[in-house]
Order: sequence, then C-alpha cells, then structure tokens
Amino acid sequence: MNDYVVEAKSVEKKLGRGAGEVHALRGIDLSLRRGELTLLMGPSGSGKTTLLLVLGCMLTPNSGSVTICGTPTADADKEALARIRREHIGFVFQSYHLFPTLTATQNVQLALDIRGEHGRRAAEKSREALAMVGLEQKVDSLPGGLSGGEQQRVAIARALVANPSVVLADEPTGALDGKNGQSIMRILAETAHERERAVLVVTHDPRVVPYADRIVEIEDGLIVQEPTDRPRMPTAVPFRA
Amino acid sequence: MSLVLTLASRNLFHDRLRFVATMVGIVFSVVLVMIQMGLFLGFGRMVTTMIDNASADLWILPKGAKCFEDPSLLDVKLRDRVATMEGVSWAAPLVIGFSDWRLESGEVTPVFIVSADLRDGSLQPFNVVDGNVPALTQGANVAVDRSYFERLGVSGVGSTAEIRGRKVRVVAVTDGIRSFATTPYVFVDLKNARNYTGTPRDRASSVLVRLKDDADREKALSAIRAEVGDAEVLTSDDFRSRSRSFWLFGTGAGAALFAGALLGVIVGTVIVAQTLYSSTKDHLNEFATLRAMGSSNAYIYTVIIYQALINAVIGFAIAAGIGSIVVQMTAKSALPIVITPWLMAALFALTVVMCVASGIGAIIRVVRIDPATVFMR
Ligand SMILES: Nc1ncnc2c1ncn2[C@@H]1O[C@H](COP(=O)(O)OP(=O)(O)O)[C@@H](O)[C@H]1O
Ligand SMILES: [Mg+2]
Repeated sequence: MNDYVVEAKSVEKKLGRGAGEVHALRGIDLSLRRGELTLLMGPSGSGKTTLLLVLGCMLTPNSGSVTICGTPTADADKEALARIRREHIGFVFQSYHLFPTLTATQNVQLALDIRGEHGRRAAEKSREALAMVGLEQKVDSLPGGLSGGEQQRVAIARALVANPSVVLADEPTGALDGKNGQSIMRILAETAHERERAVLVVTHDPRVVPYADRIVEIEDGLIVQEPTDRPRMPTAVPFRA
Repeated sequence: MSLVLTLASRNLFHDRLRFVATMVGIVFSVVLVMIQMGLFLGFGRMVTTMIDNASADLWILPKGAKCFEDPSLLDVKLRDRVATMEGVSWAAPLVIGFSDWRLESGEVTPVFIVSADLRDGSLQPFNVVDGNVPALTQGANVAVDRSYFERLGVSGVGSTAEIRGRKVRVVAVTDGIRSFATTPYVFVDLKNARNYTGTPRDRASSVLVRLKDDADREKALSAIRAEVGDAEVLTSDDFRSRSRSFWLFGTGAGAALFAGALLGVIVGTVIVAQTLYSSTKDHLNEFATLRAMGSSNAYIYTVIIYQALINAVIGFAIAAGIGSIVVQMTAKSALPIVITPWLMAALFALTVVMCVASGIGAIIRVVRIDPATVFMR
C-alpha cells in the first residue's frame, strides 16, 4: 500500500488514423499522490489533455499501464472504465460542460444521481458542496445566469461532491480572468491539502504556478523535466470571489 | 421529481418547436390508429348487431352463408323437423332480403326487410323507443329506426309509406339499429317479409333455434347437424365471428383499416424517432459529460427512455382527448367509431412501445459517443 492513487507506467498513446496519426504520448511515467496538487505544464499540442484523459480512464493507452487506487485498468471495458471514473475520479474542464437546463444544485446533484444517490439528502449534499466553493447564494441559478468563474466553481463542486480520490482539471482557469482564476486554484489546492485528494491541473498559465506542490513538464508526448517538489502554499486562507 | 425525469423533461421542453413537432407526430399517429381501430370495432359491432340481438342459441343457415345478410335460402321444413327434436325449446324461420320503399313523396329507396317472429320470440325489434311491437303482427305494420326517418320519409309512429305497392304503417320506432350497407332495416311480420322480399312460402333465409335450459348443448347440436343434412348449424358465437370475418376480411374493409392503422404507426414512429434523434444529437455534449463523469450507459438510456415516455404520455393524453371528441361526433353517424377501454389501453401500450422504439436510434447514437473526443476539442 502506498500513497499513490494514480500510477501510470510507460504510457504510449496514438491518436488519429492513417496519415493523420499522431503519437501523442511516447512513454510517460507519472504518479499522483494524495494531498498533493500537481501541475502539468507544456506547450499547446504537447499531449497534456491526452495524458489527463488517459489518467482519467477516458482513453485507453496503446501500451503501458494505468492503475487507479490499486485497480489496474488494462482489462476494463468501456462500462468498467466508467465505473472506475464514477468511483474514483472527478473531472473539471476548461469549458465547464455544465447542463444548461439544470440549476447549479441539480448540476452538482447529477454527480450523485449517477452514483445512485437520490432525493433530499443528495440535494442537501449538493448545496453543501456549492457552499464550499462560495456559491450558497447561487444554488438555484441556471448556468446561463452565472459568470464564468461561478460556472467553473459549480463544475468543481460537481467534481468534488462524490468525494473522488483524484481530481483531474484540464485548464480550469483557461477561460477566466486573474481574480477568478486565483479563486479556482485556491479551491483546488485546498481540495488537495485539506481533503487529502490527488489533484492534477493541466495548464499553461504561469499565474497558477504558486499553487503547485509539484510541476511536471511535458513536451511532444514526453516528460522533459522530472517532477520537482516545491514548498507547499498555505491554503487555509478563506477564499471568496 | 427525480433528477433523470427533470433532465429528460428539460431536454424535451427546451426546444419548443421540436416538442410541438413531436406532439403533432404522436397525436396524428395515435388519432389515426384510434379512428381506424374504432371504425374496425364499430364496423365489427354493426355487422353482428342482428345476431347479437336475436335470442337464438343456434342458427341453421344455407350451406356457405357468410353473414346475416346472405341472400341464399333453405327449406323451411327443416324448422318443423328441428322444432320437435329433443332439447329444442323452439325453432323459428327468419326471412330477410332487399325490397323497395316508396315514400309519400313518390321517391323510392331500397330497404332491408327483417322478419320479426313475435310468437316464437326469436328476432324482434330492439331498442324500441316508441310504439307497440306486438302490432307488427297485424296488417301491414312495420318498425323502423329513427336514424332513417329522413331517408324513409316518415316522422314516427303513424307515418305511412309503400313497400312493393302495399301501404305500410309505422307502429314501432327503434333507436340505433343501423346497417353497415346503410340500407335501412325494416322489421315486418314473417308473412309480409315473404311478400316484400319475394321469398317462396316453403323457403326461409335461416332458422333460429333456442335450446331448452337443461338441454345437453353438445348433444343437441350434433343431433341437429345430423338432421339438417346440407344446411349448416352454427352457434351464435360462430355465426358472429363468421359474419365479422366476412365483412372485415372477406371484403378487404378490415385489411384497409389495419393498413391505415399500420401506416399511422409507421409515420408516428418515424417522426418521433427523428425528433428524439435530433434532440439527442443536440444534447450529445451533455451525454458525453455524463459518460465522462462515470455514468453507466443504463443511466443515459434512462434519460432517453424517460424522454420517450414523457412524449408518449403527453401525446397520448392529447390524442385521447381528440379521440373522445371524434367518438361523440360520430356516435349518431352511419358508422360510429367505437372506442372501448380495451382499445384505449392497447393504444396507450402502442404509444409507449412506439415512443420507446423511437428512442432506439437515439440510444445507438449515444452509445457511439466517445466522451474523450468531446474534451479534446
Ligand atoms: N482526435 C485526434 N486525432 C489525431 N490527433 C489528435 C487528436 N486529438 C489530439 N490530437 C493531437 O495529439 C497531440 C496532443 O494533443 P493534446 O493532448 O490535446 O495536447 P495539449 O492538450 O497539450 O494541447 C496534438 O498534436 C494534437 O494535434
Ligand atoms: Mg489540451
């Protein structure tokens, strides 16, 4: 038993077919630990999203292995991979991907609903998750009535509400201004440190660097800089947008 | 309300125009099927109305007679032989056939004569709303249905007309005895029926038999069969289904009604499948997000099936409303549309099946989404 909740070994991934085939990942070793926020940085097209999707069991590698919370994913079919995501992983996307016809609470509650948690208790938990990201005033708003930063916070609440061991965020601050970006990063850092989750944030935004416990750089499908441990940022400061 | 239901209904109502198109498709389809099947039932009921209302257990018919209106004849002596057999309570000859009715205005219209045998109590005018049925046995009296008043140029009891040159008087009025061929039924006494239809004295269209209550029905039936030789002996049930299948399937009328209904089902399914599919395509990103969040395929199917079911329930409710208006409108027409609770239940089941089947295309589309591609854009 170790601290690693995600372990990727020698992961290779090719995308596209025929002449359009791209060797997006060329042998990646990366592990994510509880209580740690890892930044995955690199130029556009370097394979960051591909790696995040492989680690998140949304893409299966062509070779190499991915283990989530001790469960190897090699033999899992689509449905089994969905179950692993359901049990262990929370996603945050650059473009939020909220359901436009559902309220903030309902959006969050969906993450519980797909896990078989229904009813009042689930709605209650969802409102608590929204309060944790500072949105107690917006629980009944539709995404269309929320700012980008608020929408991303709903998305984070949705990713966290079912207590996943791993949170994978793809450019979560990419569409946000500085202040909103800061508050999103604070929530993610707090998630890592206080809730003891493994958090991976894909970014090429240098402003988020101070929140990282570890930075991994990727270029052309390869990790070019071995993970560096950094001093931990204090995150107990309350954040409000 | 459960979240899946909420999501399904929001998906549906989000695009109003598409929802309206879906409803039009379902309502059109269900109303079409309802009317076709209602006609089928109305028709089926109408073609057996005489058989239903005769108090006979058995019908002795000329060989090969296909329905109540069949013009073939048999030897009336059969009646006397059968009447005295063991287990038989009574046997009565029935004479039917076309004749001409001359209105007081001089106009002539065809009518369908039915002999009423009051003495033996076989087939008599039913649903009598006015007049005196026993008076049929006297003189040239007739009973007619009030839905044909205008056609027959009469206004009720006491009105007169002519059949084959003989003056007749209306002594009884029935309500709702309509014939499929739209030729008015006219009840007369047996002797008059022979005159009006030109049926010889030794012939009859059929013989109705009533068995004694304590008779061994199987035994009596086979004994009568043996006695009547060439003629056929049918129970009322058998005769009913033979008439029905002759009119509904022998004539192609039933097949046409079913073809219309099938067409309705196909058109409805195609329209609903199309709108569900395009709705699903519009929400593909959301379904991919659900899948990325780790939802099972079953959960996603549930959303689509719920959409289908909401369509079915709302569409059916509207269709049922329209259907009940149609039923009321046709109630007094030549061919009333009959909608029974069973037909309603079957139509609801059909609507549900149709809508859920329509969801299959959408489901196949959704299974094919790879959530990864959505997030690489
Ligand atoms: N579906 C695809 N088919 C072919 N090539 C793809 C596909 N998706 C991404 N790629 C390519 O794979 C490489 C890695 O992409 P990606 O992981 O999205 O990079 P990043 O997130 O770092 O910008 C890029 O060269 C990109 O063009
Ligand atoms: Mg990317």
